[in-house]
Amino acid sequence: MATPTTRRPGPPTIRRRPEPRLSTLRRPRRSLLLTGLTGLVLLYSLVPLAWLLINATKTQEDLLGSFGLWFSDSFALGDNIVRTLTYDDGIFTRWLLNTILYVVLGAGGATLLATLGGYALAKFDFPGKRAVFAVVIGAVAVPNTALAVPTFLMFSRLGLTDSPWAVIIPSLISPFGLYLMWVFSSDAIPDELLEAARVDGAREFTTFFRVSLPLLGPGIVTVLLLSMVQTWNNYFLPLIMLKDPDWYPLTLGLNAWNAQAATAGGETVFNLVITGSLLTIVPLIVAFLLLQRYWQSGLTAGSVKA
Amino acid sequence: MATTSRSAPVIDARPPRRGTRAPRSWTGWWFAGPFIAVFALVFLAPIAYSIYLSLFRTRLIGGTSFVGLENYLRAFEDPQFWAAAGRVSLFLAVQVPIMLFVALLVALAIDSGRLYGTDFFRVSIFMPYAVPAVVATLMWGFMYGSQFGLIGNLNDTLGITLPDPLSPQLILASVGNIVTWEFVGYNMLILYSALKVIPTSLYEAAAMDGAGQIRTIFAIKLPALRGALIVATIFSIIGSFQLFNEPSILQNLAPNAITTYFTPNLYAFSLSFSGQQHNYSATVAIIMGAITMVIAYIVQLRGMRKAG
Repeated sequence: MATPTTRRPGPPTIRRRPEPRLSTLRRPRRSLLLTGLTGLVLLYSLVPLAWLLINATKTQEDLLGSFGLWFSDSFALGDNIVRTLTYDDGIFTRWLLNTILYVVLGAGGATLLATLGGYALAKFDFPGKRAVFAVVIGAVAVPNTALAVPTFLMFSRLGLTDSPWAVIIPSLISPFGLYLMWVFSSDAIPDELLEAARVDGAREFTTFFRVSLPLLGPGIVTVLLLSMVQTWNNYFLPLIMLKDPDWYPLTLGLNAWNAQAATAGGETVFNLVITGSLLTIVPLIVAFLLLQRYWQSGLTAGSVKA
Repeated sequence: MATTSRSAPVIDARPPRRGTRAPRSWTGWWFAGPFIAVFALVFLAPIAYSIYLSLFRTRLIGGTSFVGLENYLRAFEDPQFWAAAGRVSLFLAVQVPIMLFVALLVALAIDSGRLYGTDFFRVSIFMPYAVPAVVATLMWGFMYGSQFGLIGNLNDTLGITLPDPLSPQLILASVGNIVTWEFVGYNMLILYSALKVIPTSLYEAAAMDGAGQIRTIFAIKLPALRGALIVATIFSIIGSFQLFNEPSILQNLAPNAITTYFTPNLYAFSLSFSGQQHNYSATVAIIMGAITMVIAYIVQLRGMRKAG
């Protein structure tokens, strides 16, 4: 089992979580045939990642001259990593820091807004609530890319393009996050608890921080993780908004390195593109493996509801 | 452009009610206000602005003038727009069923409890979802390549010439493969999550009636998956119509196979950024958004009616 599990006393599991069960009554017998067939899909999922890992150990010459799914004679992983980090005055590190900035402010902000909003929709009755619901839900079906070009035109009028804000502000809204937090708030916070706090005369924000927030922990981590992935992987929005390579996130930077080979006079650095790609996905894969139970319960909540 | 908004469009707007609720007051706005304010700025305002833009046209001579629905009429007669829309429709009709069918089979296999190393299967098959579309596309693009890709390796080793995945004939299938790779595990997990919450009592009842595994799948599991399948289908429809990242990045590796109007989004992007035709670009974006919403809505309605 390749998944390290951290067992801390940890957060309470969400209440929706079903009681453990066997898939059938009797413990089913394991099947080699079924394992083999499903193994084909497993191979399909893992071989490209293996290819990436193997080829990150090769020099630019060996990339062209050796078999793709096995190592070449020279093992240049360390050298590739150093070159990736230092190439072009260490621009890769700059892109990494930009990405972290966008993730912290964008995904962090998105989680905050979604938590407050979802809580409000689940636990308060306020004028205009039905209208808010209708508009947000209706707008979710609008493709982000259909919005991106108009957002760019609007932001360029406002003078916001080619700055980090152009990437961060649109990342702040995650309708799916709002939806998840609405589901979590409805389920995890008993109304009686809020009633009791109100009877005691606690202010709503005090109640929220003291009573509700601790109960929402797992939901918040789920939404945070999903928005982090989305922001970390975002390509279209920064592509439209940013011109200055100094503000690029990793995704745009990698693509720029790749495109460099096709331009006249550009140095071919496929080995750096491959090593950089590997460095880009490692943090996310580690986060996913460590935080398994959160995103799995989050997706459960999301899919059951609909 | 599959990555940025795989967000759930199907939502039942009634929160589960339980017990007494807070009295109707403006307090909720303190909590919901910030979301709504930013939402208005990055969702509603751009939509309004693009509708506004779509009603005008800017000419080099004469400046900007109101043209009513002329941009829309132009789009309906624009062969490039329809070629792009047709291409993503074909993509939708072929790639989405394949991806969801594979995801369904894997979800059922994992849920059956008959695999060795169930957890390993579940986590590994989901893993590509964590890979950015850019990295996924570069990786597959390199592997497709006849230079140092796997296709090139196979050609050299076996002394054959495989069809080039980056040729104009095969490029759509190659993009489909990348998208399938990225999202098969995600869809599998959505379906698997829905399977996990089927109450044990149903299985007990089925077992008492002497139902075998296959019978149980058709009588219990598939009906229970309908809601999740509708969600996954709608995600995929939106993803297909938005297709942008994968073809846009492959353009560097296959410049002859991917045109500037390969997908509607790529077309809107080229119109705006290479062509400076902002008004027409906004029109294309609106039409595609409207088509996507209508189709997603139809799928949702049909799904709900059958549930009736």
